[in-house]
Amino acid sequence: MFDLKGYGPDLAEGAVVTIELAFLSLALAITLGLLGASAKLSGSRTLTAIATTYTTLIRGVPDLVMMLLFYYGGQVAVNALSDYLWETREIDFFFQFDPFISGVVTIGLIFGAYMTETFRGAFLAVDVGQIEAAKAYGFSRWHTFRRVMIPQMMRHALPGIGNNWQVLLKTTALVSIIGLNDMVRVAEVAAKAERMPFHFFIPVAAVYLGLTAGSELFIKWLDKRANVGVVQGN
Amino acid sequence: MADPAPLICRDIHKTFDQLEVLKGISLETRKGDVVSLIGSSGSGKSTFLRCINLLETPTSGDIIVHGDPIQFKNNRKGERIPASNRQVELIRARLSMVFQSFNLWSHMTVLENIIEAPVNVLKVPKKEAIERAEAYLDKVGIYERKDYYPAQMSGGQQQRAAIARALAMEPEVMLFDEPTSALDPELVGEVLKVMQSLAEEGRTMIVVTHEMAFARDVSTQVLFLHQGVIEEQGSPDKVFDHPESERMRQFLAPKF
Repeated sequence: MFDLKGYGPDLAEGAVVTIELAFLSLALAITLGLLGASAKLSGSRTLTAIATTYTTLIRGVPDLVMMLLFYYGGQVAVNALSDYLWETREIDFFFQFDPFISGVVTIGLIFGAYMTETFRGAFLAVDVGQIEAAKAYGFSRWHTFRRVMIPQMMRHALPGIGNNWQVLLKTTALVSIIGLNDMVRVAEVAAKAERMPFHFFIPVAAVYLGLTAGSELFIKWLDKRANVGVVQGN
Repeated sequence: MADPAPLICRDIHKTFDQLEVLKGISLETRKGDVVSLIGSSGSGKSTFLRCINLLETPTSGDIIVHGDPIQFKNNRKGERIPASNRQVELIRARLSMVFQSFNLWSHMTVLENIIEAPVNVLKVPKKEAIERAEAYLDKVGIYERKDYYPAQMSGGQQQRAAIARALAMEPEVMLFDEPTSALDPELVGEVLKVMQSLAEEGRTMIVVTHEMAFARDVSTQVLFLHQGVIEEQGSPDKVFDHPESERMRQFLAPKF
């Protein structure tokens, strides 16, 4: 019923790229967010300064500028490092800074900064008594973090994570700018060639909508699980 | 050689910024002692209890748990800190604490709360930890609530679960920080009853409390703290019936 003029397989592949990109970026963002929040709450001045510089810098620069900076700048940096290693140590080191890697790194870094703030707030919301009880029973710092802080913090962080995830998912469309064949780029090429923008962009929009709606349900389910043991006020 | 004392504190001082909260508190316990720490709010009794398991680091003074003195060192800023985090963890595992606001981990069921530290800190096999936990839950009378989450229970039940959690560590000394102060009056009794049965079993306990009847009837030793010093110390008979200090007499006097 819906003729994609032979672009169907490419669009499907593009959708897979979008999803891979989104999940890898999310993993990086959550890792950076946990590190950033831990650094900001560590009490160490150096770590706090590093994390604050990171979040201020990233949140203050447009996503598109970051994307271009990392893609074009990233390859220049890899080249320079490669030359330096070869000249000084005779180490043969080189890799192509392809659009996919730049995309994951850029989106991961951007959302890592937002996640840092989400996690920081969530950690601060954990009741001090819960942490004190862990200390008083001889938990190591790592054990306290893993068994008490993380599960308790998640409850407060999940709504923020869900929000960030939805924006992240849509931000992946930016990679079409740097030439990655994601869903948006395939649709753009097809729409131009066939002069049928609605025909190609509406399915793309529908896929995004499907993904965000699906993840909303998933987040709701996670939220329910994380809130086990909490009496909900009405 | 005789078994070393479960807990000895010598000349504990604690200063927060400029404020000296503890001005030299010493305490020696024998096995089976029940020590009640009484005194008005701000007298330093809770701070002293929290110094024992190093939730607060004493500014000076020694703490010796079962013959094992806690080591301290100075950090770069010249503040006194424990020399080894590992030693602190080991010591804390032998001094379990019951808090005023229970502090059961709210994301775990009662049973999970009780086996968490024995399994992960003391490395007790899980099966054995569960059996032990169930026995203690039975003892405090809430066995049938073992799969509940803390928020689904009354304050008295939560505090009894917290006591079971403390017991499951089979500790050298149990520290109670105002265990009944957050409870509705009609729930106080059930918690005190459990504590009394522990005292009768010969467990060594240090109890910060406002329950004078408990201090008088159950303790072997009473310490009355006032502005960071011990004003009166001794057997309940001596402290309650023949106090030497004027402060203690005022503290005991009927308020209205």
